[in-house]
Amino acid sequence: MPAGSGLQYLGLFRVQGPLIFVKGIKNIGFGEMAEVVSSEGEVRLGRVLSVSEDLAIVELFEGTAGLSAADSRVRFLGRPFEYRVSAEEVLGRVFDGLGRPLDEGPPPIGGEVRNINGLPINPVARVYPQDFIQTGISAIDGLNALVRGQKLPIFSGSGLPHAQVAAQIVRQARLLEGKERFAIVFAAMGTKHEEAQFFRKDFEESGSLKNVVMFLNLADDPSIERLITPRVALTVAEHLAFEENMHVLVILTDMTNYCEALREVATSKGEVPSRKGYPGYLYSDLASIYERAGRIATAKGSITQIPILTMPDDDITHPIPDLTGYITEGQIVVDRGLFQKGIYPPINVLPSLSRLMSDGIGSGRTREDHQNLAAQLYALYAQAKRVERLASIIGEEDLTPHDRLILNFSNEFESRFIKQGPYDNRTILETLDLGWEMVMMFPSRDLTRVKPDEIQKYGLRKDASQLPETSDQAS
Amino acid sequence: MQEKEDRVKEATIAEINGPVVKVKQAYRLSMNEMVVIGEAKLLGEVIELYADRATVQVYEDTTGLKPGTLVHGQGLPLFVELGPGIIGHIFDGTQRPLSVMYKDSGPFIRKGQARAALDRDKAWPFKPKRNSGDTVSPGQVIGEVEETDHIVHQIMVPPNLNGRLTEIAAEGLYNVEQRVALLEDKNGESHEIKLYHRWPVRRIRPYQKRIAPSEPLFSGQRVIDFFFSLAKGGTAAIPGGFGTGKTITQHQLSKWADADIVVYIGCGERGNEMAGVLMDFPKLLDPRSGRPLIERTIFIANTSDMPVAAREASIYTGITIAEYYRDMGYDVALMADSTSRWAEALREISGRLEEMPAEEGFPAYLASRLAGFYERAGAVITHSGETGSVSVIGAVSPPGSDFSEPVTQHTKRYVSTFWALDKELASARYFPAINYLNSYSGYVESVAPWWNKKADVDWIALRSQALAILKEDARLMNIVKLIGEDALPDDQKVIYRGARLIKEDFLQQSAFDFIDTYSPPGKQVLMLQIILKFIERMKETVADHRVPVYRIMELPVLEEMERMKYTFKGDDLSPFKEILTRLEKQFDELVKREA
Repeated sequence: MPAGSGLQYLGLFRVQGPLIFVKGIKNIGFGEMAEVVSSEGEVRLGRVLSVSEDLAIVELFEGTAGLSAADSRVRFLGRPFEYRVSAEEVLGRVFDGLGRPLDEGPPPIGGEVRNINGLPINPVARVYPQDFIQTGISAIDGLNALVRGQKLPIFSGSGLPHAQVAAQIVRQARLLEGKERFAIVFAAMGTKHEEAQFFRKDFEESGSLKNVVMFLNLADDPSIERLITPRVALTVAEHLAFEENMHVLVILTDMTNYCEALREVATSKGEVPSRKGYPGYLYSDLASIYERAGRIATAKGSITQIPILTMPDDDITHPIPDLTGYITEGQIVVDRGLFQKGIYPPINVLPSLSRLMSDGIGSGRTREDHQNLAAQLYALYAQAKRVERLASIIGEEDLTPHDRLILNFSNEFESRFIKQGPYDNRTILETLDLGWEMVMMFPSRDLTRVKPDEIQKYGLRKDASQLPETSDQAS
Repeated sequence: MQEKEDRVKEATIAEINGPVVKVKQAYRLSMNEMVVIGEAKLLGEVIELYADRATVQVYEDTTGLKPGTLVHGQGLPLFVELGPGIIGHIFDGTQRPLSVMYKDSGPFIRKGQARAALDRDKAWPFKPKRNSGDTVSPGQVIGEVEETDHIVHQIMVPPNLNGRLTEIAAEGLYNVEQRVALLEDKNGESHEIKLYHRWPVRRIRPYQKRIAPSEPLFSGQRVIDFFFSLAKGGTAAIPGGFGTGKTITQHQLSKWADADIVVYIGCGERGNEMAGVLMDFPKLLDPRSGRPLIERTIFIANTSDMPVAAREASIYTGITIAEYYRDMGYDVALMADSTSRWAEALREISGRLEEMPAEEGFPAYLASRLAGFYERAGAVITHSGETGSVSVIGAVSPPGSDFSEPVTQHTKRYVSTFWALDKELASARYFPAINYLNSYSGYVESVAPWWNKKADVDWIALRSQALAILKEDARLMNIVKLIGEDALPDDQKVIYRGARLIKEDFLQQSAFDFIDTYSPPGKQVLMLQIILKFIERMKETVADHRVPVYRIMELPVLEEMERMKYTFKGDDLSPFKEILTRLEKQFDELVKREA
């Protein structure tokens, strides 16, 4: 690697956790890259976190283990972390968490060099995302629709099948019309080998591998490297979307590991912690990743983000899911209760939300009744959860007939609407018709969220469903 | 001797830690002064002085900045430009014009793009209102400019000037840099008056006196207008976890509130959300003027990926602009979404300053900063003798929906109206998810006369009647949760069912439904009157005629009541009166049948 500005310093003043302190420096910029060469000649990459007139604090992505304070040399490169972006050289490839090839191929050499931190998008230049993406999963398409340019995270817990859900979305996601160039950027941060392998196999089987770029920082890779991985991945995604006009789906897994790496660095620096020891700038830092989704007026492409995070102890109020939820445009919540009931995908629709849904669906996009039908299903299912609690106290026998009907609905809804196979790819019309079949278990006077003419047109339609039963329970 | 030499030296950077930069040889810098750093011309503000050192918060990304870089003081605190050309535009937290930046340098925001906030070339039609020789005082109107089709922009004597007009421009076209008047102060010094002037964002703009708010800021949102009203010149907070509908509520208010001017601050929020607003507003029409909403709206956007220090400034930029239009005699509504992001920006900067943290890492001055912000709201008599107001609506994003956190708690101390958003209501898609038990309004008494006059009712009585039912219902719900509705005696079932009607048919309101999105006052009153009448008749039918509740719940008028909000816009109230007649008739018939 070139020596950059050529400034080289011998000896480390202090080593603490992933940080090194270098004294007697001159002309070093905030945020610039550094290389540390150990006495054995091993080179590690780092970044300047803070700089004063004669002291620089550098975080080392590969950790400090084995470095000697006296013999290590530090070389400052005079530039921030940069990455070469070139579509032909990255698609179909696998890289490590810092963007170095893990396959046999060479590192990217063509294309332009970009600062991996990217630049904020001018809100005026953004195009409001409105193109419905059909994922083939009823719980998402019907009730929490995903649109192109959205950032919709999956909130999960350890041991839950979030990877399967994400893989199914990747496999099945398509727009209702048109064939456009697409790409998948996959960034793993502290992910288990098995999980990374699972995704790779899945991309391979679905034949999309040539459109995939993988950046893998696995569980046994250095944790500080995780701070770089999503940024390299998004730099590549931005190139593909905004220069190559491709529609890019970015999977980031697992954001919890990313946040933990951030906390590790903050703690070593001795920063004042805010909640649960995470730094006060966790929100801004996460935003600098999540906000790199969307569409801009000057390009045809788009970046849709599906970050995955495991909620520590399934706690949705933990700072990581909490701050994520405030930045992203909704969330898909994978639920342990449903998983234990044997329902796949175990998506709990009540705490799930897609903020961009209302503008991406309806007449001319999906179907005119979509919004109201979704509201009706939500209302009924929320009611069902209340009745379930009641039933667990007083027993089902003592419920009113109406409440029993609601319980029945709840079962049907979970076992037929939510539940589907990992290769079951339902069209949006199938999903909506199935939804109507569910709500038509009730007399139309109970259906206050849908309009009477919608009930006439879609609910009472004899051919409403492709499924064997017709929906005339309402009469 | 040494010191003397140092003083000639220029201020340079000594240390960089994210957006916080320490400057040495800062003798000439003053507190809150704006600075420009290095050749990249990064904008910053002095936030601390200590001996020869200053601390500067930088409004832009500091990557690549080096110790030793020169820091130039601008001699002025952080200011905004106030003049025609603000309305309908979108600015960042330091009032850089985002559309101009997009045109000049593409979709990404690069560093050091200093731009004048107001268009220097655009010529405005100026009409003088004063003559040469007139004595004028600060805030007095000397002329006007038509800024949009229905906003007349008053050109006022800047608040710090006072004296005699020695010259005033004739009617005609002027750009903001041209002189429109010359003022001679009592020391005989001449001052140019242009169409715009500068004002430091952290200083309150002066007014003659404060008056008590008396009119509601009517928004067509039933739960807000009817139950937890906000007055023009009042303050409201809207706290809620993610997904509870804070932003939608803010959007609804900025669309439908009957303010003359709306300042919308997107503070540390989503870029796509801003894009949505920018797409919607030019298309939506103001229900009162019939003009596109964009013609009365000003946007300040500092999305979460934009630099954090500018996020801190955005709130002040917004409120200073709001005060400026208030000074012209307008009712201004300011939405800040979200004040928690602003508080977090304070925390982030404070952390980098290594200040001693108070609660949850927030600095100890969080409460006083919040107070300082909300106290800039108010209804006032301006210096030109007009009444104007700034109403402030601040969204709060409590971590984990926990209202006991510092930002929510401190905000509560300084606002008079509190709209508590409820996670449980939101997850049942019950919107607006404003919890009717925890929310409150301090303006009920002051806006009551307005309502009484508008709809010829005893508004307070109607309101308390409905709230009493809801309160009773909350108690009953606990019982129902345990033993089921069937176990309730009939008189309590009436309350339980009645409360449900209020909740579902009145309080729930769809922002996405073309008709339901805005309810005029007459419709609101009649809707509630219908529901309360139903409850009253239900009570009496059950008590006096022993008719079981389930028979009443079969009355066909109920379905009409459920759908009335979606069916009738409310400019004609007769359909509601007809429902009321049918309701009475159906009860009469039911009683007859059962007898």
